[in-house]
Amino acid sequence: MKLKTALLGAAALAMAAPAAWAERGADGEVKLTFPQAVSIMTPYLSGGTKDIWASSMVLEPLAGIDDQGNLVPKLAAEIPTLANGGVSADMTSITWKLIPGLLWSDGTPVTADDAVFTWQYCTDPAGGCAQATKFDGVASVEAVDAGTVKVTFTGPKPNPYTAFVGALSPILQKAQFASCLGAAAPTCTDANTMPVGTGPFRVTGFTVNDTVSMEANPNYRDPAKPAFATAVIKGGGDAESSARAVMETGEFDYAWNTQIPPESQAAMTAAGKGQFVVAFGTLVERIEMNMTDPSPDLPEGERSTAKHPHPILSDIRVRTALSKAIDRSILVEVGYGAGGKPTCNVIPAPDAWASDNTGCIAQDIEGAKALLEEAGWTDSDGDGIRDKDGKKLSILYQTTVNPVRQDFQALIKDWWSEIGVETELKAIDPGVFFGGDPGSPDTFQKFYADVEMYANNSDNPDPETYLGQYQCKNAPSPDNQWQGENINRFCDPAFDALHAKLTQTTDLAERQAIAKQLNDMVTRDSMVVVPLVHRGTLSAHSNSLGGVIINAWDSELWNVADWFRVK
Amino acid sequence: MLTFTLRRLLLAIPTLLFISLVIFLLVDLAPGSPMSEIPLTVPPEVRQKMIEAMGADQPVLVRYLLWLRQFFWVEPATLIDGWFGTSLAGGEQRILSWQTRSPVFTMIGQRIPQTLTVVGTAYLLGVLIALPIGIYSAYRQYSWFDQAGTLFAMIGFSVPTFFTGTLLIIIFAVGLGWFPTKYDTTLTVTDWDSFLAHVRQMALPVLTLALANAAAISRYMRSSMLDNMGQDYVRTARAKGMSERTVVLKHVLRNSLIPVVTVIALGIPSIFGGAIITENLFGVNGIGAALILAIHANDLPTVQTLAFIFAVLIVLFNLIADILYGLLDPRIRYD
Amino acid sequence: MTDAPTAPAPRPRSQARAIWDQFRTHKGALFGLIVLCLLVLFVVIGPLIWQPEKLRVAEALKVRNLGPSWRFPLGTDQLGRDMLYRMMQAGKVSLAVGFIAMMIAIFVGTTIGVLAGYFRRLDGPLMRLTDMFLALPLIPLLLVLVMLFRDRIAQVLGPETGAFVLIVFAIGITSWMQAARIVRGEVLALREREYVLAARSIGAAPRRIILRHILPNVISPVMVAATLGVAEAIITESVLSFLGLGFPPDFPTWGRLLYDGLQYMQLYPERVLWPGLAISLTVLAVNYIGDGLRDALDPRIRGR
Repeated sequence: MKLKTALLGAAALAMAAPAAWAERGADGEVKLTFPQAVSIMTPYLSGGTKDIWASSMVLEPLAGIDDQGNLVPKLAAEIPTLANGGVSADMTSITWKLIPGLLWSDGTPVTADDAVFTWQYCTDPAGGCAQATKFDGVASVEAVDAGTVKVTFTGPKPNPYTAFVGALSPILQKAQFASCLGAAAPTCTDANTMPVGTGPFRVTGFTVNDTVSMEANPNYRDPAKPAFATAVIKGGGDAESSARAVMETGEFDYAWNTQIPPESQAAMTAAGKGQFVVAFGTLVERIEMNMTDPSPDLPEGERSTAKHPHPILSDIRVRTALSKAIDRSILVEVGYGAGGKPTCNVIPAPDAWASDNTGCIAQDIEGAKALLEEAGWTDSDGDGIRDKDGKKLSILYQTTVNPVRQDFQALIKDWWSEIGVETELKAIDPGVFFGGDPGSPDTFQKFYADVEMYANNSDNPDPETYLGQYQCKNAPSPDNQWQGENINRFCDPAFDALHAKLTQTTDLAERQAIAKQLNDMVTRDSMVVVPLVHRGTLSAHSNSLGGVIINAWDSELWNVADWFRVK
Repeated sequence: MLTFTLRRLLLAIPTLLFISLVIFLLVDLAPGSPMSEIPLTVPPEVRQKMIEAMGADQPVLVRYLLWLRQFFWVEPATLIDGWFGTSLAGGEQRILSWQTRSPVFTMIGQRIPQTLTVVGTAYLLGVLIALPIGIYSAYRQYSWFDQAGTLFAMIGFSVPTFFTGTLLIIIFAVGLGWFPTKYDTTLTVTDWDSFLAHVRQMALPVLTLALANAAAISRYMRSSMLDNMGQDYVRTARAKGMSERTVVLKHVLRNSLIPVVTVIALGIPSIFGGAIITENLFGVNGIGAALILAIHANDLPTVQTLAFIFAVLIVLFNLIADILYGLLDPRIRYD
Repeated sequence: MTDAPTAPAPRPRSQARAIWDQFRTHKGALFGLIVLCLLVLFVVIGPLIWQPEKLRVAEALKVRNLGPSWRFPLGTDQLGRDMLYRMMQAGKVSLAVGFIAMMIAIFVGTTIGVLAGYFRRLDGPLMRLTDMFLALPLIPLLLVLVMLFRDRIAQVLGPETGAFVLIVFAIGITSWMQAARIVRGEVLALREREYVLAARSIGAAPRRIILRHILPNVISPVMVAATLGVAEAIITESVLSFLGLGFPPDFPTWGRLLYDGLQYMQLYPERVLWPGLAISLTVLAVNYIGDGLRDALDPRIRGR
């Protein structure tokens, strides 16, 4: 009898223990701050990262990606693979099974119809869906039964985990969005700002471009989560003020995108209230070389087009010399601190896909000078600037207005002057530079400069689409309203052929080998793209916030359900 | 005076229509596109589709006429529908922001209270500080008070608000921990504690703006007072044996206020325009912060609507300043 | 005062003399003039005397973020550049931009204000024009100006002079409205004064009335606007740089140094102190000179 009571007592204790620290809503409020305020709560109508991260607390896809780049099931019971039969042997379809008994935050059941509807919603031609590429190559999405979704592709799809995977393509509730198809999509303000979701939180209040208020979703599938009863995302200000609000004044628990100078990072960490965390995805700060002539003397419409090769930069020796003169470690030290690493690759991560090329890391001023001599650029008039055939080795170097980029420009200009290259600097408002307005001469696509610097990344660990940018046909030109993604106008038939092969290859190891080769072709072998820094996203969280696992492959808030208050 | 006012009001209509067209063309012509904040990972075809869905690819005149219709018919109709439950608007499209896809007027409605409390308080405080400083500085020209006032004013408007704001944050929020750095817009005043919290979060932005406002207005006040102090009528008044107090506060002040009133009245629309930098710095979700966000995102409907409302206020307050002129200085005639 | 300085006409000369004599007795004005001269010397002669050592990148990075010392009297910035030298270079641009842009704004503002205030017929159109300029959103306006004219001006004048002309023009064209409205207000009142009526009744030409009777009496609000204008122009220039519309990024100005220093304010407060001080000093000096000029130009005061 005694033993039985003791056992019962122990059992009761064991039951009570986890409940004591993991009870939904036990930890009060969690406060987040973003330097850019949230505009809308669905990723389908916004492309802004801030909106996608915020909506990931409410809307969920079938599967997410963890911090290591592996798939983790969210609404799906398990990840369909070739091995478990979820992916068909010919790779033309994938079948997802939903977790049984899932409920929306309004209490209605989640069914396969919601997934089908989401596909229709995003592929409606009049809707202007920002994530349409997630459904590229999808022939149909069907509800096999209420708990089974079958995605059929137009052909074999080596990477079938695009639709409904990751924070960019969550499932919408059909009942709520049914009247928002196509042209009506933007008019559904209530649905767009307060969507019914399956995530750990649900929206209770939304002030456009300012604050999102949320509370724990009463129907979340794990009854013990989330630990916080309410959550708030306050937007606005800048990286500096966001970092300060977490690290120095302690007003907030978490700040996303707090890229500040390394000196300030150190000083704020020393305040002891919080810490910085970095997620390294595929974001690479790079210098792009213009392979075509941007000279203002050419008639409009021929400037920076394939018609006229670049008079200086067409020579690979010049391009290599320019890269050799740069000390990437110093750039990291000055500009990014813990938030960056020197790199020579456009695909710096994940490890399985990244080339091992590190040849550019060591600076080589003498080597650069020798290359320029060899290319025929000598300083014949003794003014410190090399020339050839009466033409000076002078380069226009443009980027966006950004303190770190201006420091980079100053440093690189000095290094280049050490090897006898004259540099004219230009900084452009980011809204204009990235805006892509065909009427403006200052867009990065028009590239009316010799070299330009910015950062770009792949939104998928699999870089097939990302590498596809460098195909000949993607060069911006007046014919396509300057809308191409091959900024350098790089054109190598061998590259195009190899990329075509990548799209056909299904074997993972082989795909990775091809990707590395393609990476090397645009960087090491041709120096058309000169990668500088592999950048991470620097975020800050207070020491009293536990459970934060930073993630570069999915929403940074991917595991917000597991966050808790450190006591 | 009445006919003058009426005529000016009537004239204001074509003027404002013209201004709205100029603003529209200007913002449309500006380089940049609503896609500038979309990550580079979104390919050009998708961007094109998104632009089409916004209607941003329509000819500029079509978009302008649509905006006119939405501004002058759909929005008022929707407002009336909201009040009386009628259905005048008939479900027609309201002015939608390209960036947030929500109605621009909802956003303005959400933001007006913050702007009025923060920027309005700052303006009022600025004027209340500036007038006595200006008057006394002029009355005791070159006294130590005048010199100190001058120094204060010079520093006040030679250092921009992004500087003073950051300085105040570092001293009072980070160093002393008295005030929060971020404005909590969800805070509602229900009791004494929440009222105090509200005052605390208003303190820094209001102070930043009030300093800048006071600096400029005190200079105008001082200079205008100085001009009048030397006038004959002042000598006459003094000679008549009036008390110094009456001379300064009644005669000189009244005449000196004419240009200052213009400056003050003309500054009032800028309250609505908000304080772009200060609002952004402290996270106050006012109109200024909205305007700058919209400009950066090339959100034409929002920029156009805000700029136009701003234009209406400017024209209106210009008229008010002119009427005040006539009241303060009977010599001025409008005909 | 409209005569060319070479013409030795006795009357304007004596008037100028009288103004200068009055100006000299104003202590504040003299102080302002001296400070301004020192600032001008600092930015013009300074770079000739103070030649910082030419450091290679690797060497410069070893002396990052230093405080003031004999080697670097104002310290170094985050890239190891000498702040004193940068302050001098920056000052040259900032002072030039500040004064020229202010003069453009004041000239345009005063002209429009006087015309609108004096001629009833012009009042309506000119004031509506002013309203329009006040209502135009500044940033898109600047973006459009730069997009339309930058390349064209640069082709004629070269990139740096081109940028200078464009910036000065852009600041001038967007900051004259305040002055115009204040001047108009004053003129509206002055127009009905007895002496103006008297001048008009003896058949004086409007041109003469404006120049002799109206302008000297609006000088004081114009001076205030001018003082504010210099500071505003210097700060606006930094906003322009911030938008990428100003000078090339390796071209420091006080406004830009102030802005760049902002993110280091907590760690290295002197980084914002120097440019802030320089701008404040300039404005203070201009203000005192303005005070002195106003007293000197006011016939009532000068006579005493």
